[in-house]
Amino acid sequence: MSLVLVFEQVLNGLQFGIMLFLMAAGLTLIFGVMGLINLAHGSLYMVGAFAAAAVAGATGSFVLALLAALAAAAMAGAIVELAVIRRLYDRDHLDQVLATFALILIFSEGTRWIFGSFPLFLDIPTYLRGPVTLPGGIQYPLYRIALIVIGLIVAAGLGLMIARTRIGIQIRAGENDREMIAALGVDISKLYTLVFALGAALAGFAGALVGAIQSVQVGMGEPVLILAFVVIVVGGIGSIKGALVGSLLVGLTDTLGGVFLPRILNAFMDVSSAANIGSSIASMAIYILMGAVLIWRPTGLFGARL
Amino acid sequence: MNKKILALSTALLAAVGMNMGAAQADTKVGMITTLSGGGAGLGIDVRDGFMLAIKQSGRDDIEVVIEDDQRKPDVAVSLADKMVQSEKVDVLTGIIWSNLAMAVVPSVTAQGKFYLSPNAGPSPLAGKGCHMNYFNVAWQNDNLHEAAGAYSNDAGYKKTFILAPNYPAGKDALTGFKRFHKGEIAGELFTKLGQTDYAAEIAQIRASGADSVFFFLPGGMGIAFLKQYGGSGVDLPVVGPAFSFDQGILQAVGEAALGVVNTSQWNKDLDNETNAAFVKSFQAEYGRLPSLYASQGFDTANLLISALDKADVSDADAFRAALKAADFNSTRGDFKFGDNHHPIQNIYAREVIKEGDVFTNKTLSVALENHSDAYAADCKM
Repeated sequence: MSLVLVFEQVLNGLQFGIMLFLMAAGLTLIFGVMGLINLAHGSLYMVGAFAAAAVAGATGSFVLALLAALAAAAMAGAIVELAVIRRLYDRDHLDQVLATFALILIFSEGTRWIFGSFPLFLDIPTYLRGPVTLPGGIQYPLYRIALIVIGLIVAAGLGLMIARTRIGIQIRAGENDREMIAALGVDISKLYTLVFALGAALAGFAGALVGAIQSVQVGMGEPVLILAFVVIVVGGIGSIKGALVGSLLVGLTDTLGGVFLPRILNAFMDVSSAANIGSSIASMAIYILMGAVLIWRPTGLFGARL
Repeated sequence: MNKKILALSTALLAAVGMNMGAAQADTKVGMITTLSGGGAGLGIDVRDGFMLAIKQSGRDDIEVVIEDDQRKPDVAVSLADKMVQSEKVDVLTGIIWSNLAMAVVPSVTAQGKFYLSPNAGPSPLAGKGCHMNYFNVAWQNDNLHEAAGAYSNDAGYKKTFILAPNYPAGKDALTGFKRFHKGEIAGELFTKLGQTDYAAEIAQIRASGADSVFFFLPGGMGIAFLKQYGGSGVDLPVVGPAFSFDQGILQAVGEAALGVVNTSQWNKDLDNETNAAFVKSFQAEYGRLPSLYASQGFDTANLLISALDKADVSDADAFRAALKAADFNSTRGDFKFGDNHHPIQNIYAREVIKEGDVFTNKTLSVALENHSDAYAADCKM
């Protein structure tokens, strides 16, 4: 196996992790600040992708499509928060899971009702198409490099916002003690709507970016949602830094495990069963990672110490 | 007293008799198919093709009950129970996915109902688990992959990289391909079911030194793979079964699919009268081009109608013989059943082209002629 291939796979893992981060960041904020389990986060990812596909189809502009995805997902998030989620903060997690699961069904069938049952077309813009040659002779798709760069910029922006701005202080304070910051005069319900819309916008943005290289179809958000939950459990609930480290860990484990486990097993058995068993173990790899992290640090890598 | 009982039982008998009379006049068909969730496009095409044929036959004595299985085996099983027990259907059809078919078909055929499969063709039902009341009008699952193997021989591919999702139909796909492919296998990969990112797999294809790629990734997985493959700069020729190149999803793949050769038992340009009329009327009725699934639904309904013309469902032996004769005009041209009630048919290689603004397929050649399946010998009926 050549070094080039290893390097390329590491890049793939990074890119996958960065996209997971966009999903997980919103999820962990919403859970950390409001204590809400939002299963409908995957639906907001789907809303972003569909909005992008519709706008790209109508205008032909990818930038407009991304803006539309951000706007549509943020709006959907705000509406959902005002209409449904607001009633759930005081309920226990089971009620939240039930209500947000209902939202998944409503979003899915609503999207089908508007856009039909067949997948939509969304392609990467011509200026990001094709491979580029990296130092060392690695051919790598330009779009994936763009995804890594965009993801890192968003992560840095989010980190700055949490650490340096007034709203960031409020979010951190909200995570620590809800009653106290309400007592100090912060409009907590406005803050909740804002955080929810921000999380939704990030999910929708990820949906649009990823939709361009995957398929834009009903139900596309749920597989990503499961991975995003794994990420926030690994990283520690409520921590943006944890979400970033967790998503990179999960992305790299998933990608590299899928590639190298069958090859390692191939040393002991024939190609067919190595492929078979290797890919089965690889699909478990991230859950094994999650288990190991939880044994070592029961609240996740960057979670609050108990 | 006795007289009263007699009168009562006579009345009862009469009532039962009337009910039976009514049942004889009407044939009730239960369709369980996927109409919501990720795989809904396939079920909708099967349903639309099926209902088009019923409509064109002008018969008002066939009642079709349609239910959505949501692609969930447990839902499909409870729908099947409901249809058999309370709806009292005579014939069942519609299931798209093999895992659902395996959960439903053995039980309904054991209860004496007929099942006509418009899509799923899992190998157990073609071999040891075959049943006299089970007819598959589409294909045995391995068929299109076998044809892809045969095509890659014809195309002169010597070293092929193969990949499929890690689930029973994915394993059947690679087995089917290897059964006919004579060249070397450059690499073999099982991906996760529902996987959406194929960067890692594409990197391995690039590094493997293969001269071609065979993949079976149905639905959204195929869209994602082709778009990412197109942008990766790997330009090896790709071969696959029609499931990633049907009319419903080609538009979502776009340019990345152009020129790809895929195998199918049907295409819209197959030269026969039935097919030409089908494509035209489907377009007029629903405002879109039919997919292979729509053609399978259409053929299933026409097979049913042809059998009903010859025999009543209540006469199970005669009805079964009428189905077996397959005396209907198929959109595929020649169509007949083998001894295991699976099709013996041509499988074609087709190429993705662009007609105006629409991506569609053009038939290239026959990949396998009068092809049956590998499991027929195991079927003792």
